[in-house]
Amino acid sequence: MEDKNREQLKEAILRAIEKNAKLSTKDLAIMLGYTEEEVTVSIAEMEADSVICGYPTLINWDKTSRERVTALIEVKVTPQRGQGFDKIAERIYRFDEVESVYLMSGGFDLTVIIDGKSMREVANFVSGKLAPMEAVLSCATHFVLKKYKEHGIPLVSEVEDERMLITP
Amino acid sequence: MRNPLNKTVTEIKPSGIRKFFDIVSEMKDAISLGVGEPDFDTPWHIREEGIYSLEKGRTFYTSNAGLAELKEEIGRYLKRRFNLDYNPAKETLVTIGGSEAIDIGLRAMLDPGDEVLIPQPSYVSYLPCVTLAGGVPVVIELKAENEFRLTRQEVLDAVTEKTKVLIMPFPNNPTGSIMTREDLQEIVDVVIEKDLFVISDEIYSELTYGGNHVSIAEFPGMKERTIVINGFSKSYAMTGWRLGYAAGPENVITQMIKIHQFAIMCAPTTSQYAAVEALKNGDEDVAMMRGEYDKRRRYVVNALREMGLNCFEPKGAFYVFPDIRGTGMTSDEFANCLLQEEKVAVVPGTAFGDCGEGFLRISYAYSIENLKIALERISRFVKNHR
Repeated sequence: MEDKNREQLKEAILRAIEKNAKLSTKDLAIMLGYTEEEVTVSIAEMEADSVICGYPTLINWDKTSRERVTALIEVKVTPQRGQGFDKIAERIYRFDEVESVYLMSGGFDLTVIIDGKSMREVANFVSGKLAPMEAVLSCATHFVLKKYKEHGIPLVSEVEDERMLITP
Repeated sequence: MRNPLNKTVTEIKPSGIRKFFDIVSEMKDAISLGVGEPDFDTPWHIREEGIYSLEKGRTFYTSNAGLAELKEEIGRYLKRRFNLDYNPAKETLVTIGGSEAIDIGLRAMLDPGDEVLIPQPSYVSYLPCVTLAGGVPVVIELKAENEFRLTRQEVLDAVTEKTKVLIMPFPNNPTGSIMTREDLQEIVDVVIEKDLFVISDEIYSELTYGGNHVSIAEFPGMKERTIVINGFSKSYAMTGWRLGYAAGPENVITQMIKIHQFAIMCAPTTSQYAAVEALKNGDEDVAMMRGEYDKRRRYVVNALREMGLNCFEPKGAFYVFPDIRGTGMTSDEFANCLLQEEKVAVVPGTAFGDCGEGFLRISYAYSIENLKIALERISRFVKNHR
């Protein structure tokens, strides 16, 4: 398989599984017009290169009985000599409670997204772990009240097919 | 009391698809693969533009032929996508869907007794529209062995002294067949030789797989003989907005505008403003939808072949047209039994002309998950009837 073709296939696979990771390699091969082996090899390569980093499931926890609180924290930090923001970002993202960490442009440096069982748990994390770090200058914690859309998928209402059953 | 009805109208047969619709709508929890419209919603930026136009109070008529801005965009679009040159002010007309354009195009061109060549299987409205316009429909039966493309010989066999118009329904509903540049060249030669006019229904022109659609109007000598019909329903998932257009030589478009102005006045204003946004900023949406349809197309063709049904690879629209003659059932029997036994609705090929006998139209304007369930049921049905 040519490199150019391989790149096209990889991009097509990513676009297809970005919204639906459940597609089997067989179905992907049929849908994209390649052999199953070509698809399997491409996916394996992308996994090895960390282009594909995981296959999480998009869950609307609000519809389950499990309590869960999400907070977005704006963090200002002092970058460290020779290591910039990476060192402090790593110290933060290694905590299990931390869902995501992004380096930002603008009024603060890091966005830290925390998932906790309760507001108290999140508060404890911020006051006990995050705020006391030497490099951390300030934290502004915002709690998420309702999630409407994640990963391009609306979480609120289910859309029914309202088309007529048969049309010419 | 006198009979209040017009004889021509009462003699027109109701659409075959209607009969099947009545049966299907009785049945609860049926899965349908029978829909002739996209499953995508109109892209939000287009809907939002429609909403904005209402907020701004743009609730008046537009000029008969359509908003000048929209016609300009249509002109640019036809040039950009299909290399067609039309003067927006004089050679385009915005209509209520492609359907109105077909109707008034025929009415503007036909005198009583003029014959119109209609390749079938094809969309259900060509034939009655010809009859209502006083013309005489002459059906050309397309053949499975040609993958339902129109050939030069088929046109030559059907042409008479009275033939005036040829309908070109490609990319085709229900077969998914397209005409390549080479296929079209053959037809162009006959059309010019026999001095015919063409109504080219290109409503599915954005939905071709593995190559761009070629318009017959692009060929030398054809622009002055062709009415190109297109619209927003299929390409931008805007069926309910009811918006289409015709582009053609000024003398025909002028007469079409006359009918349109008396019968319709103008196309819906909200839809026209939304359509401007579609043409300006909708290319990526079209590409996304085309990509999705393409995946489903491969998936459905593969599944049908795996269950032993012959099925040529459709290169356009969003339909697959499998051959079910091997099952020993007629199209009607197959579709009815499938509905009763497996609760899956597909449309018998005969709804699109007698020569659709032995075939089914399966629409893939559905999510992969939906298609998967429906195809599993069809597979079980075919196995049970071997």
